[in-house]
Amino acid sequence: MSDIAERVKKIVVEHLGVEAAQVKEDAKFIDDLGADSLDTVELVMAFEEEFAIEIPDDAAEKIQTVGDAIGFIQSNAKS
Amino acid sequence: MFDLSGKTALVTGASGGIGGAIARALHGQGATVTLSGTRAEALEQLKDSLAERTHVVAARMDDAADIDRLAKEAEAAMGKLDILVNNAGITRDNISMRMKDEEWEKVLQVNLTGTFRLTRAVMRGMMKRRFGRVVNITSIVGVTGNPGQANYAAAKAGLIGMSKSLAQELASRGITVNCVAPGFIATPMTDGLTDDQKKGILSRVPADRLGTPGEIAAGVVYLASEEAAYVTGQTLHINGGMAMI
Repeated sequence: MSDIAERVKKIVVEHLGVEAAQVKEDAKFIDDLGADSLDTVELVMAFEEEFAIEIPDDAAEKIQTVGDAIGFIQSNAKS
Repeated sequence: MFDLSGKTALVTGASGGIGGAIARALHGQGATVTLSGTRAEALEQLKDSLAERTHVVAARMDDAADIDRLAKEAEAAMGKLDILVNNAGITRDNISMRMKDEEWEKVLQVNLTGTFRLTRAVMRGMMKRRFGRVVNITSIVGVTGNPGQANYAAAKAGLIGMSKSLAQELASRGITVNCVAPGFIATPMTDGLTDDQKKGILSRVPADRLGTPGEIAAGVVYLASEEAAYVTGQTLHINGGMAMI
């Protein structure tokens, strides 16, 4: 489980170029981590690739914080 | 300059006069090309004449599922997609008083909605690779209007607005979106005009001749090149001076 959290955080750090310490579970991608709307699309694409899952658009819209992403992936990831 | 070696391109409407010339020109600069259109036979003929680095994926631009399939098959055939040229277009001319809903809708569906759908379908790969060139073939009449072509002019004007919006959304990802707007070009479509009709048209063209498909293709090659990286959201008018905008 924590493995998923670590992998999600690593993707966020790499993609948004933020400090790992900023990537807390309640951090909002747009408000707290400086992502723009395209960044959020790209993060979802990166999550899909890393965890070999499909994140439908309506689910993607609800993923606003790091914790949201970890939660969604934990309940949907196969590996 | 304008070397496209190692680049991959998808050209829709490649069975037509302008589309065929665009595919030839991109291929001539070294790109691998996928030819799309509805006339499979014409596409295969063009493929044969280009020989290597060429694929064919026939598709209908009025069918959402077919458009998604086209995007997938083109990417699968070439391994990636760098350059998308949305050239497919149809006309259903009629004066507005007599224009039927289906004539309006068909032209909007193929020329505008189909272009949007295909562009959306290929964006993901371009975003990931931080490179993309989208060139939409619009028309002079999208800017000037033309009697009998309210549907076509609306669709072509729509392409310009759509391209400017996409250009702003995607510029930070290394993707440019531009339009080329041909004036009157010598193609099988204009071959059907009578001498009087041609004379009437040429009286409005300072260059005093029809353009060639190759002259349109040259504009597309430029916008597709690495060198045009700083050009986005623009419309390049190639019309012999017929309209200066």
